Amino acid sequence: MDSAMLFRDVALHSVHAATSGAEGTPLVFFFTVFVLAVFVGYYVVWNVTSALHSPLMSVTNAISSVIIVGALIAAGPAELNLSKVLGFVAVMLASVNIFGGFILTHRMLQMFRRKK
Amino acid sequence: MSTNLAAFFYLISSICFIMALRGLSSPDSARRGNLLGMVGMAIAIATTLAVPGVLSYGLIAIAVLIGGSIGTVIALRIQMTSLPQLLAAFHSLVGLAAVLVAAAAFYAPAAYGIGEPGSIKLASLIEMSVGTAIGAITFTGSIIAFLKLQGLVGGKPVVFPGQHFLNLALGLGLVALVAMFGLDQTVTQFWAIVVLALVIGALLIIPIGGADMPVVISMLNSYSGWAACGIGFTLANNALIITGALVGSSGAILSYVMCKAMNRSFFSVILGGFGGDDAVAAVDLGDRSVKQGSADDAAFMLKNASSCIIVPGYGMAVAQAQHALREMGDLLKREGVKVRYAVHPVAGRMPGHMNVLLAEANVSYDEVLELEEINRDFPATDIAFVIGANDVTNPAAKNDPTSPIYGMPVLDVEKAGTVLFIKRSLASGYAGIDNELFYHDNTMMLFDDAKAMCENIVKALE
Repeated sequence: MDSAMLFRDVALHSVHAATSGAEGTPLVFFFTVFVLAVFVGYYVVWNVTSALHSPLMSVTNAISSVIIVGALIAAGPAELNLSKVLGFVAVMLASVNIFGGFILTHRMLQMFRRKK
Repeated sequence: MSTNLAAFFYLISSICFIMALRGLSSPDSARRGNLLGMVGMAIAIATTLAVPGVLSYGLIAIAVLIGGSIGTVIALRIQMTSLPQLLAAFHSLVGLAAVLVAAAAFYAPAAYGIGEPGSIKLASLIEMSVGTAIGAITFTGSIIAFLKLQGLVGGKPVVFPGQHFLNLALGLGLVALVAMFGLDQTVTQFWAIVVLALVIGALLIIPIGGADMPVVISMLNSYSGWAACGIGFTLANNALIITGALVGSSGAILSYVMCKAMNRSFFSVILGGFGGDDAVAAVDLGDRSVKQGSADDAAFMLKNASSCIIVPGYGMAVAQAQHALREMGDLLKREGVKVRYAVHPVAGRMPGHMNVLLAEANVSYDEVLELEEINRDFPATDIAFVIGANDVTNPAAKNDPTSPIYGMPVLDVEKAGTVLFIKRSLASGYAGIDNELFYHDNTMMLFDDAKAMCENIVKALE
């Protein structure tokens, strides 16, 4: 019975946290995602064969350009202001990386073949 | 598109990125992995474009078109030998983009839902300034690394008295500035953070010498991830946080692997100063002589061997000798010689550099083996053919406790029947250390440019 009460308390507490979090920055939630992603990264990357460390670096370079998401939001609004200009430049820089990174990785991986 | 639906698509995109890295566990699945990465990126971009508030598609298309064409042309044209500097340059762009996005969020916070100008929430301010600072450090740090790798500035470490104290003071100043920015959020404070972080980025990399470049490149790779992460927190966007964390931990692991392969602590690499002039001690050549051979001698020995392990290093990359080397390997295989390649983790200027160059020259990847896989085979091998490598073969790492590279895992080439060592001259390696291997009885030095020597051996074999 104690555990049932505890469970209810926890549930109520999290509902409360969730509703109040909708207004403030739910930093703890994002921090949780962050820490879990670090762990995923850790285990996935240790599995990468060392022969492919260069492609790994170039593909991570490409995907870190997902920062373009932030740049698109800045470049998005209809009215012109400083923020939009900054966003425009950032979209351009990130695009260099996205195209450059993925194509470079592709070029490298094309070379890694088992020959007979 | 509603926020929830967008979050769902960002999740799919993050999973694609995880699978992209997962694919790299073998060369066969890696190509599919790269495709998944592209899909993930397309989903992330399309989702953002569908978010209300993103309206000026024309302008965005122009930006993507300009950036995309530049990136495409560079990626298609670049020589594989210049890979390290290209990646350094790419990392700098991620850093700069992070700074710009943070600045955009600072000037127009409403677009990101983090408040109004002048009344941005404290948590957002901290996240924003952390993202900006890491981005700016990545930017200048990568530019310095690029300049060093490209040879535009000397690869030698730049050290001056009080350097570490200065860095520490600047670092503390940065923390203080971030705290002040959190309280007052003025425009001046924001740009002061940017400028200070830019200075720190440059100061962090200048003391690090060329021999430590594989660590620097991995480290900057990691930083660019953390910068994306910081921006992800500001934007409350999981795709950015997850991807940034993946990239950040990937770079950190690579830095660790590189440090371990050099038996150096991450801290001593950061503090820098390794591989300078002072390391080149005057070598007493009095009673030591080297055996010298010609391409014909080498060809004769190779042809009559039953097994050969080729040890490539950065010198092979500089001389662009990989194609001639592979041709030599093919001819030897036709003669019935068992040919394999041994790659040290820090051979070259970035992790996996030699593997890419050998793959470029059409060497089958199952003939290319890592240090731990092949080291025990040297005693049973007739010839170790060292081309462009030096420090990673130096026996001093095993038996001279006073050597700066003592303790570093090295390839046991001296245990092979004969060591053929291609080198331009008897100059010391990148770490500035003399290699006793040159004076061993079973070593034959082949003094020439790596490519010219391979071509001459090929001629002699034909």
